[in-house]
Amino acid sequence: MLEQQSRPQSQTFYDHETSGQTDHPPLPSKRLERVSSWGGATHSLGYVYRPATLGRLRRVFEVARESRRTVGLRGAGNSYGDAALNEANIVLDLRRMNRILDYEPDNGRIRVQPGVTIAQLWQHVIEDGWWPTVVPGTSKPTIGGCAGMNIHGKNAWRAGTIGDHIEMFDLLLPSGEVLACSRDANSDLFHAAIGGLGMLGVFTSITLRLKRIYSGLISVEAYASRNLAEMIQQFEQQQHDSDYLVGWIDAFGTGKALGRGQIHRANYLAPGADPYPQQTLRLDRQHLPDTLFGIVPRSMMWRFMRPFMNNVGARLVNLGKYTTSRIGHGSVFQQPHVAFHFLLDYIPDWKKSYGTTGLIQYQSFVPQDRALDAFGTMLTLCQRHRLPSYLAVFKKHRTDDFLLSHGVDGYSLALDFKVTRGNRQRLATLCAELDEIVLNAGGRFYLAKDSTLRRETLSGYLGQDVIQRFKALKEQCDPETRLETNMWRRLFAD
Amino acid sequence: MSNTPKTAHRPLEPSRRALIVGASSGLGAALARQLAREGYLLALLARREARLADICDQINQLGGDAQARYYPHNVTSFDEVPALFQRIAADLSGIDLVIYVAGTQAAMSEHEYDFEKDAAMVRVNTLGAMAWLGQAALYFERAQAGQIVAISSIAADRGRRANPAYNASKAALSTYVEGLRNRLSRYGVTVTTIKPGFMDTRLLENAQRTMWVISAEKAAEQIYTAIRRKKQTVFVPGRWRLVSLIIRHIPSVIFRRLSI
Repeated sequence: MLEQQSRPQSQTFYDHETSGQTDHPPLPSKRLERVSSWGGATHSLGYVYRPATLGRLRRVFEVARESRRTVGLRGAGNSYGDAALNEANIVLDLRRMNRILDYEPDNGRIRVQPGVTIAQLWQHVIEDGWWPTVVPGTSKPTIGGCAGMNIHGKNAWRAGTIGDHIEMFDLLLPSGEVLACSRDANSDLFHAAIGGLGMLGVFTSITLRLKRIYSGLISVEAYASRNLAEMIQQFEQQQHDSDYLVGWIDAFGTGKALGRGQIHRANYLAPGADPYPQQTLRLDRQHLPDTLFGIVPRSMMWRFMRPFMNNVGARLVNLGKYTTSRIGHGSVFQQPHVAFHFLLDYIPDWKKSYGTTGLIQYQSFVPQDRALDAFGTMLTLCQRHRLPSYLAVFKKHRTDDFLLSHGVDGYSLALDFKVTRGNRQRLATLCAELDEIVLNAGGRFYLAKDSTLRRETLSGYLGQDVIQRFKALKEQCDPETRLETNMWRRLFAD
Repeated sequence: MSNTPKTAHRPLEPSRRALIVGASSGLGAALARQLAREGYLLALLARREARLADICDQINQLGGDAQARYYPHNVTSFDEVPALFQRIAADLSGIDLVIYVAGTQAAMSEHEYDFEKDAAMVRVNTLGAMAWLGQAALYFERAQAGQIVAISSIAADRGRRANPAYNASKAALSTYVEGLRNRLSRYGVTVTTIKPGFMDTRLLENAQRTMWVISAEKAAEQIYTAIRRKKQTVFVPGRWRLVSLIIRHIPSVIFRRLSI
């Protein structure tokens, strides 16, 4: 057993009287794997378990208890930072728990295991005229991961987060007990486990409500925006009659062109607008183009992008894209749902274009009335630090009822930054300065993307009260603190 | 679990984490202090708990990023190593550098043949190193990063009259570490062999003759430079490289007549 010495400063962490005995055996080295953040800027080693059944899943917690290791939950590993890493401890990869448990094609309700991916989900339901109400910009994440992070999509200001469309879930606690949670039963836990970073238990089944669609196509319009003020104005004008709105920003724009970019709005087709919905809803009609610009195979694209992933190249690419958006201002077209929603899947392995040292994303959420000011200042600050974002995305949001919430009645700006051997410290400094701006504007952060927050910043936006409520629930669900990740230790752990 | 202090890892500002086996005195302690000055998180291992605790206290009072914790351990308790290595990796939230310093040299007279003494040296100098560095190698190979440092000796160069088993234990260590280097360099892991001459430490008590004796602190400084530069084999101090080159090339027929 672990016993601490009563020395004032340093402690022994090992008692040789009982060491070598089998009371906490080492974990099998064959399980040891390199587990990386999605952005590839940080790596860890974890003992990875991939159970396919509930029995095996329970067994992982027994192993963890016997070997005195913590367990970090992981889905498809699409969190940009350290949310699904658990250094030197157990990583519970849930991707093999990927069965669809129940599906009611008549009323659009579906119950899935946590490892079912967004891609699996929409493919299963689209031919019946259903679509997941909230999807992220990629179809690769698992539903368990999406629920644990409470992800949002391009319709966040209208439809809220994915949690708003979850009716109920079963939560397996580290003790082995399973709790059914919904807005009526275990409501506290329902609102804390969604967006709860997998720190309260494992979702073993999740019931979702789907959205009725009347065509496999979606109607898209593109508009250029001269600057951030104009973009916000366009969002405000179009929010009432758009189903989806997303802005792309050229982060290299300065002065009057600060925050210039392009917005895409999209609307579902009304019943009857598509004369042949049975055809457009067919699975084989939902595809991404095989080549880009007509010639470059998609799988090769990241290699072509790589030479442009520096301050000069990215400036050119962003300028080119902005110029194209001016030419295409006001264009209207229809495209399959997948082509509109899963932009990030257009270029497979696009993160590789950032090189081996990877990227981070800094996404912050600022209330409506402060958004223009705060985001303008942030874009300028990045430029002043000579750390411009190579890809910046702008979205509109609303608040939600979940405990660890990133929602605001306002806007979010997601900034992708290349990480290099030499810029880590400068990037950390920049992010700390950006944090100040966000906090002063009453803003929030989104932990699925985070690599840089500090404890002070976390309590600055969530409030100590919320953090303590979450920890109290964790104490109930996980009294041994079996569930942990690198992110938990960085931001929450005592 | 909850009573274990956790080390938080910041993705953009990773802390450097080192494990030193044999850190309670001499070179090990000097290396611990050297790495502490460089801001490392340290796990210090040795048998003598009180001395380890003192060294940790000194380091933890320095302030700054450096932090040390200690784990009493006898390197000949080979069975303990895998669990202890895992435990330290968890406590430090990862490991970047493993240094094996533990070494022993038995007092040996010209006409003495004592298997117990010989075996003890092999257990500490060679087998203990294999137990620890094998774990480190496994860990770093999977991580595709990391650095292993073994403190061998110029005594590894030849079998000498004075202490054949000591020479053999260090020669085996050097060869083992060379093998690790050849295995691991392709995975981005650095393996460094340090070959010190005479250092002013307890080991010196049993050495028959000495030259160019340097302090453990001085040696630790030079070793840290070698670590930073990711060197393969380094003599401490550097001038031993030439001596070693000569000694290794003296034909046996002459060498056996010499008293070096």
